[in-house]
Amino acid sequence: MKVLAELKSVTKAYGDKIVLDSVNLQVYEGEILALLGPNGSGKTTLLKMLALLENPTNGEVSIANGEVTAKNTEKIRMLTTLVFQKTTLFSTSVYNNVAYGLKIRKIPKKTCEQEVKKVLELVKLQGFENRSAKKLSGGEQQRVTIARALALKPRLLLLDEPTANLDPKNASMLEGIIAAVNRELETTIVMATHNMFQARTLPHRIALISDGRITEIGEPAEIFSKLSRNLVSFADIENTFKGNAYATGEGTTKIRVGNDVEVEVTVQKTGEVSFFINPQDIILSKTALETSARNVFKGRIAEISDLGNLVKLKVNVGKTFAVQITKRSFIEMGLNLNDEVYIAFKASSVQVL
Amino acid sequence: MVDIVGGIAKALQLIVTGDPTLYGIVYRSLFFSGIAIILAALWGTPIAMVLSLKNFRGKTIVKTFFNSLIGIPTVVLGLVLYLIFSRGGPLGVLGLLYTPGAIILGEAILVTPILISILTSAIEAVDPEIMSLAKTLGASESQASIAVLKEAVSGVLLSNIASFNRAIAELGVALLVGGNIAGLTDVLTTAISRYTARGELDLAIALGIVLMIIVFLINAVVIMARKARWLLTIWRMPQQ
Repeated sequence: MKVLAELKSVTKAYGDKIVLDSVNLQVYEGEILALLGPNGSGKTTLLKMLALLENPTNGEVSIANGEVTAKNTEKIRMLTTLVFQKTTLFSTSVYNNVAYGLKIRKIPKKTCEQEVKKVLELVKLQGFENRSAKKLSGGEQQRVTIARALALKPRLLLLDEPTANLDPKNASMLEGIIAAVNRELETTIVMATHNMFQARTLPHRIALISDGRITEIGEPAEIFSKLSRNLVSFADIENTFKGNAYATGEGTTKIRVGNDVEVEVTVQKTGEVSFFINPQDIILSKTALETSARNVFKGRIAEISDLGNLVKLKVNVGKTFAVQITKRSFIEMGLNLNDEVYIAFKASSVQVL
Repeated sequence: MVDIVGGIAKALQLIVTGDPTLYGIVYRSLFFSGIAIILAALWGTPIAMVLSLKNFRGKTIVKTFFNSLIGIPTVVLGLVLYLIFSRGGPLGVLGLLYTPGAIILGEAILVTPILISILTSAIEAVDPEIMSLAKTLGASESQASIAVLKEAVSGVLLSNIASFNRAIAELGVALLVGGNIAGLTDVLTTAISRYTARGELDLAIALGIVLMIIVFLINAVVIMARKARWLLTIWRMPQQ
């Protein structure tokens, strides 16, 4: 396969802190490569290297067979674009945001207007041209940032946690757009994620990153089949656990994860296993639940993170589970730190690796 | 006793009838201060960009230096510039003393610290990702800097207007390096002082009223600019 971008022994240090440590990575033309790793593992820095927004302390970056040097950085940067995790918009209209890169490239006004219209339709924001970008909802703003990147038709599209701050509906829409852009425009995509589900379904290859190093790289099936061996370095990924599985005698399996927490799953396995649960699949309640869900735990809210339209809560039930709910639910339930809550999820929602 | 009411009445008459002496002074004030602001913006904006966007050793000292110069007494600066521009001074050969050029240059130097300080704070308040965003969309270093500056549009306006306010209302520099020559280098503030000293209070009051109107108008523009989105939209129209 043809290599589009390559990092050769790239190290990035800020003062004494090494963020990327001798990273070697080849990105193939036309693929979706997911960078999977916990927060702070170096995913964003790696993307910024590929976007030529950061210079390596040591090592070499090359894109489209050209080694990036101080002289050609601006020219080669035109081949790639990065969509930041934090939605960043210019304080102007949607049109001016999306058209910014096209104007920089001196694309004629008429073509520019057509391209903007086309990409806004693609992200389902048709007719939004004259709206103030910063007044849109969180999901719409994120779609503007994607449209702005797509308008440039980059050879290498870099996405930093593209769905991290989105509700399930917008996230799923965006995943569809990413897949379509790769399939139809053959755009090479590198995306950082710590969403196991996304990493399992969307990319052609996954690179596991931990402490600034790429520990493994391969196809999703291959990576997920042996992920448990590397799980120690992935302990920070939300809702990923390791435990001992045993048969219940009722056709299901329970996994002991420590601190008296046992999770029931539908997969029949015994011995040491790893599993994860999507934060969106967990139901949160202030009162004891009468539910068909096989897993119900009582705990306390240990952390609250505001994600715009969504709120991410960490609930300690002996083990810490991340739960994602809408801002509206959060306000209506009147939740606070240290509140006693119940969490519930189906045995079938648990993904055993 | 000074006839204040009579003076005000005559002053209003001069304003309404379009007295050429009065409006000549007003024109010179606006022109000198306007050019001074353009000059200050030309050299002050790049300095503010560097101070807000780049990290270098001694940055805090440079910022503190400009901040402390905001309050410099205008007569002290006027005296320093007088010594520099006077015949025996280092720039005496330029023959700038008692010319409009000396006032413009002096006022530009006077307002530079204000312009730099306000603009630096405004640019620092812009989302730091804007620079990277512009670059990843293909902008060069200078195009990305312009994108940042556009995000700081309120600060840009405020820095320019505050500087203009300071320039048009100052006395020391215009008096000492301009010489207050009637019809050539006299501006609102210096002319007020001259006509007051001469006892021509009607003209002095008229000039004072005009100066106050200009200052009030400038402040009104600042307030309106913050509210008027159309003005900001015009400013933010991207470059073709």
